[in-house]
Amino acid sequence: MSKLKIKPNRRNFLTGAAAVIASPALLSATRAYAATPTLRVGYVTPTTGPLAGFAEADEYILSGIKEALSGGIENNGKNWAVEIIVRDSQSNPNRAAEVAADLILGDEVDIIVSAATPDTINPVADQAEVNEVPCVTSVAPWQAYFFGRNGVPGEGFSSTYHFFWGLEDVLGAFMDMWGSAGVTKTVGGLFPNDADGNAWGDPEKGLAKPLAANGYELIDPGRYQPLTDDFSNIIAAFKTSGCEIVTGAVIPPDFATFWAQAAQQGFDPKIVTVGKALLFPSVVESLGDRGDGLSSEVWWSPHHPFSSSLTGASSNELANGYSASSGRPWTQPIGFVHALFEVVANAAARADDLDDPAAITAAVANTNLDTIVGNVNWANGPVKNVCKTPLVAGQWQKEGDSFDLKIVANAEAPNIATTGELKLLG
Amino acid sequence: MDWLNAILQGTLLGGLYALFAAGLSLIFGVMRLVNIAHGDLIVLAAYLGLTVTVGTGLHPLLALILVVPAMGLIGYGLQRGLLNQTIGQDILPPLLVTFGLSVILQNTLLEAYTADPQKLDAGALETASVSLGGLTMGILPLLTFLIAIGVIWGLQWIFYRTALGRAFRAVSDNQEIAQLMGLNRRHIFGLAMALALAVTAVAGILLGIRTSFDPSVGGARLIFGFEAVIIGGLGNLWGTLAGGVILGVAQTVGAKIDPGWQLLAGHLAFLVILAVRPNGLFPRISG
Repeated sequence: MSKLKIKPNRRNFLTGAAAVIASPALLSATRAYAATPTLRVGYVTPTTGPLAGFAEADEYILSGIKEALSGGIENNGKNWAVEIIVRDSQSNPNRAAEVAADLILGDEVDIIVSAATPDTINPVADQAEVNEVPCVTSVAPWQAYFFGRNGVPGEGFSSTYHFFWGLEDVLGAFMDMWGSAGVTKTVGGLFPNDADGNAWGDPEKGLAKPLAANGYELIDPGRYQPLTDDFSNIIAAFKTSGCEIVTGAVIPPDFATFWAQAAQQGFDPKIVTVGKALLFPSVVESLGDRGDGLSSEVWWSPHHPFSSSLTGASSNELANGYSASSGRPWTQPIGFVHALFEVVANAAARADDLDDPAAITAAVANTNLDTIVGNVNWANGPVKNVCKTPLVAGQWQKEGDSFDLKIVANAEAPNIATTGELKLLG
Repeated sequence: MDWLNAILQGTLLGGLYALFAAGLSLIFGVMRLVNIAHGDLIVLAAYLGLTVTVGTGLHPLLALILVVPAMGLIGYGLQRGLLNQTIGQDILPPLLVTFGLSVILQNTLLEAYTADPQKLDAGALETASVSLGGLTMGILPLLTFLIAIGVIWGLQWIFYRTALGRAFRAVSDNQEIAQLMGLNRRHIFGLAMALALAVTAVAGILLGIRTSFDPSVGGARLIFGFEAVIIGGLGNLWGTLAGGVILGVAQTVGAKIDPGWQLLAGHLAFLVILAVRPNGLFPRISG
């Protein structure tokens, strides 16, 4: 229902026509002749629409980045000013592709970055790849990015790079957390019929096989449609099988429906570890007391022992800075969006020639940088163009009136300290 | 027993769908207006409920005392200020205007309330249940179903037992003659929309207690409303309840076979009924 199409209208036409008419005048003033050349960075982000939660801290992060880069970037003894151009994907893949193309062809950005779910980054990366513009993305499991774009392991892509974790890391972190709890190893899988649900629930590439290898039984009743109002059959299936653990990749409204109905139907699992829905504090808070004790993967937190290569701020300072300036709790994407610009600034300083896209791409590919989300180095990735950042598991625990995400399992990344112990539900 | 449970849960779910649909049915019945923004108006009602409960600390169900009249006023204003200008022989302009309204509502809500999922906190009501011979019914779904019956009964009473209802039926039958008889068509339409949005308020609050909502979830609810209206027969309010229940039961029975079939089974039931009885099961309006 919410699809928007931009149709040519008088205003768009006039803007376009004015640009065409004015272009000869602009050509004589390109940066080759300017005293301080400008590096243009395009940023595609879901400012509005259902994914807006991922982008809520953009303004704060960008103001910090702009301040840090206000003196420009030093490249081969020359100072370059940095201009960041932000475009809203409206949480729509088509729109994301459109604004990415616009940034590349219209604004002529030198490098493009994007974050928040495959729906945003995949179309952006595809546009960048076609136009041979260097592109760095994050905040989507690498399988969804790599295989979602029909990447071939070994070949990879030429201009587009991604850093985040993968499904194997999520599962590792989850099993690390469950293993210590001593509950029955029967896991109920709550998998929606969307990109994430199908990836997690896939009998071959999904959770089923690795779970079985570690002695867990996965009860998978099948894919439900997102935004359904009734989970009674899935709950009945979990109850009959005696599931004590529930996992899945669920959107917030579906989780709220499921969780209330589970209580109505007398289904009380000991551990509920759900990706996606439980990332944001606002979602957990909306569940009230029923949010206490739910668990989720943790990509980044104020307790992560990393700091920014750009501003020097620690994870704690960045997260608390956002909370202080907005009055809202910190969110996990903050670190990753910040890190995108760390990578850009680092690559821009190292590139042989900032006028040559290929040189910038080469600089990105050779990155070895300790960012606020961990080390980014594409030489160590599981496939070409992909680099993995550490992942741990956490539990939302109520302290007074607010919820705190305690890191309760860190076998996958022991350098990130645990901050609490897993408590069973019920 | 499992099948019986699926049918029971589906029936209760039908109550919620009937509430989504009742407002649509009413507006279509009176002024042949297809309201694409209906789902977003439900979400708007849920947000109004949120504002009231957070602001005053009232229980969400008590917040209805404020939200129902507020939505009624919004409905009257909306109809007189905007939608009446679009109503004519052509059914396309109101369709387009309500589509635009849907986009505007979503983004206004996003601007005002952010994209955070919200939920109405109804305390113990959310998780309470009763057991009946091995079957467990959540109190909230049961309450939703009973409220749906109450609302439909109320609308039916207004339609067939009051002067206002007579006016609704008159403009529905023939707008020009009703106008000649001294009925102000524009005012009557405004009242119909007010009544429809009052029902929407109830649906919105119950949705907000049942699940969490954000500005973008309205559209997904619209289709169930439409299907319930069409299954039950255009313009028939009790038919709308029956349509909701048929849709709900088809969905849960489908989901019993495989959760992936939940929505498909509902849509199939809808298509079968559309093929066999194009006017729905109990049509009041022909064509």
